[in-house]
Amino acid sequence: MATNISFILNGDEISYEVKDHWTLLHLLREKMGLIGTKEGCGNGECGACTVIVDKLAINSCLYLAVEADGKTIETIEGLASSDGTLHPVQQSFVDNGGIQCGFCSPGMIMSSKALLDENPGADYEQIKHALAGNICRCTGYVQILESVEAARDMGGQK
Amino acid sequence: MKAFKYLSPKSVEEAIAFHGRHSETSRFIGGGTDVIVKLKEGWMEPDFLISLKKIKEMGELSKNNATGELSIGAMVTHATLEKSIMIQKEYPIIYDAVSNIGSLQVRNVGTIGGNLINAVPSADGAIPLIALDGVALLHGPDGERSASVKDLFIKPYKTILKPGEILKKITIPPQEPYTGSAYIKFGRRAAMELPLVGIGVLLTLDHARKICKKARICLGVAAPVPMRAFDAEKFLAGKEINEETLVKAGRIAADESKVRDSVRGKAWHRKEMIRVQVKRMGQKCLELIRNNN
Repeated sequence: MATNISFILNGDEISYEVKDHWTLLHLLREKMGLIGTKEGCGNGECGACTVIVDKLAINSCLYLAVEADGKTIETIEGLASSDGTLHPVQQSFVDNGGIQCGFCSPGMIMSSKALLDENPGADYEQIKHALAGNICRCTGYVQILESVEAARDMGGQK
Repeated sequence: MKAFKYLSPKSVEEAIAFHGRHSETSRFIGGGTDVIVKLKEGWMEPDFLISLKKIKEMGELSKNNATGELSIGAMVTHATLEKSIMIQKEYPIIYDAVSNIGSLQVRNVGTIGGNLINAVPSADGAIPLIALDGVALLHGPDGERSASVKDLFIKPYKTILKPGEILKKITIPPQEPYTGSAYIKFGRRAAMELPLVGIGVLLTLDHARKICKKARICLGVAAPVPMRAFDAEKFLAGKEINEETLVKAGRIAADESKVRDSVRGKAWHRKEMIRVQVKRMGQKCLELIRNNN
C-alpha cells in the first residue's frame, strides 16, 4: 500500500515513499512540512489547496500523492527567490491589498501564476474565469482581481 | 480515508482483468475529482483503486478528417476540451458546457467520462453529447458494446455500466453543414455550482438557412436523468426557424420537462428558465449558422 515516487518540487528532485491513499496535500503539509498550501474545505470547493502540477492549477486535496510520480510541482514556497525577493504575483498581491487574512492567498496566487504563465495577456474576464474556483471569505475579490491585473501589467511571469 | 492499493494498468484489458480479480473490493478512478470526495466521506471504501490515467488511448481527442467523426477518450479532461480550438470552433455546445464545469482546478483533472459515469441529473457534460447524437463505447469482461449517450442513464447516480465495465470513449457522428449548437448552464454562481437547469440546443438548417432539418433540445436537471424534449424537437423539424417558432418550442419543451422542486430551485422557476433559454439558445444557433457558413 506504499509506492516510491519521484517528482520535481519547486525545482528540486524528490523521492518519497508515499502511502497510496495520501492526497498530495497531505504529503506536502503533514509529511514534508510545506504548510504554505492550505486545507480549506478538503472537497475541491474552495481552492485554498491549489498547487501547480505540470503547469496546471489543481486542487491538491483531490489529487493522490501517488499520481505526482514523474510530475513537476510548484507550491507557494517555490515562488519567492532564495534571497527573499517575492515573485511578481506575490508582490502585486501585497501592493494592491489582495491579502486580508491570508488563508486563501497561496491558492489565489498559484491560480494566478498558472494563468499568467499560460496566458500572459489574460483579460479581466479570463482572470475571473481562472480564479472562480478560489473562495475568499474576507470578500476581497476586487483587490485580488486588481492584484492579478497589476501583476499582468508588469509582466507577471518570472 | 481508508487505506487502499493503487493500481495503474496501461491498457483497458489490463484494467478489466484487475477488476475481475477483485471485483467486490475494487473501484475504477478517472480524474478523481468525484471519487476522492467519495473516498474521503467514506461513501466508497475499496481495497483496490484502479486508475485509468495511464491508459493512453482513453486520453486521446481526435477528429477523423476523412469521415468527420469526432472521438473523445473518456479520460480527456474538461480543460483539454475547453482549450481545444477544434472544439471551440466546430462543437461550441461542448465548449459552452465544459468551460463551466466545477472550477479550473477541477476541469484540469476531471474527465468527460467521469462526468457521464457519475450520472448526476445535472451532468453538464452529458447534454452536449446527447445533442450531438454521441455514442458511448463500453468495454467490459464480456467485450465491447456501444450505446447512445442518452441511453447511458437509468436513474440518478446509476448508468447501464455493468460491474467491471469501462466507458472507453464517446464518438460524435459527422455534423451536417448549416448546424449550430449552444448550451447554457443556468445557475447562481459561476464556479462549483450545479445548474438550476442546463439547456442545450442544436439546429441544422437547409441550404437556404431557413427551414429546420434537424433539432435537438436537451435538458439537464429537468428530469431524474438528462432528457431530450422530443415534442419540441418534432415541432421545429420542417418549420422555418424564427422568433415565433422558437418561442413556441420553448413553451413545448418547458411543458414536457419533468422538473421538480429541490433545495436549489422551484419547479415553476426551472420551467420558466427552460422556456426562455430554449428560445435564446435557438437564436444563438442561428447566429452561429449565419456567421460560420
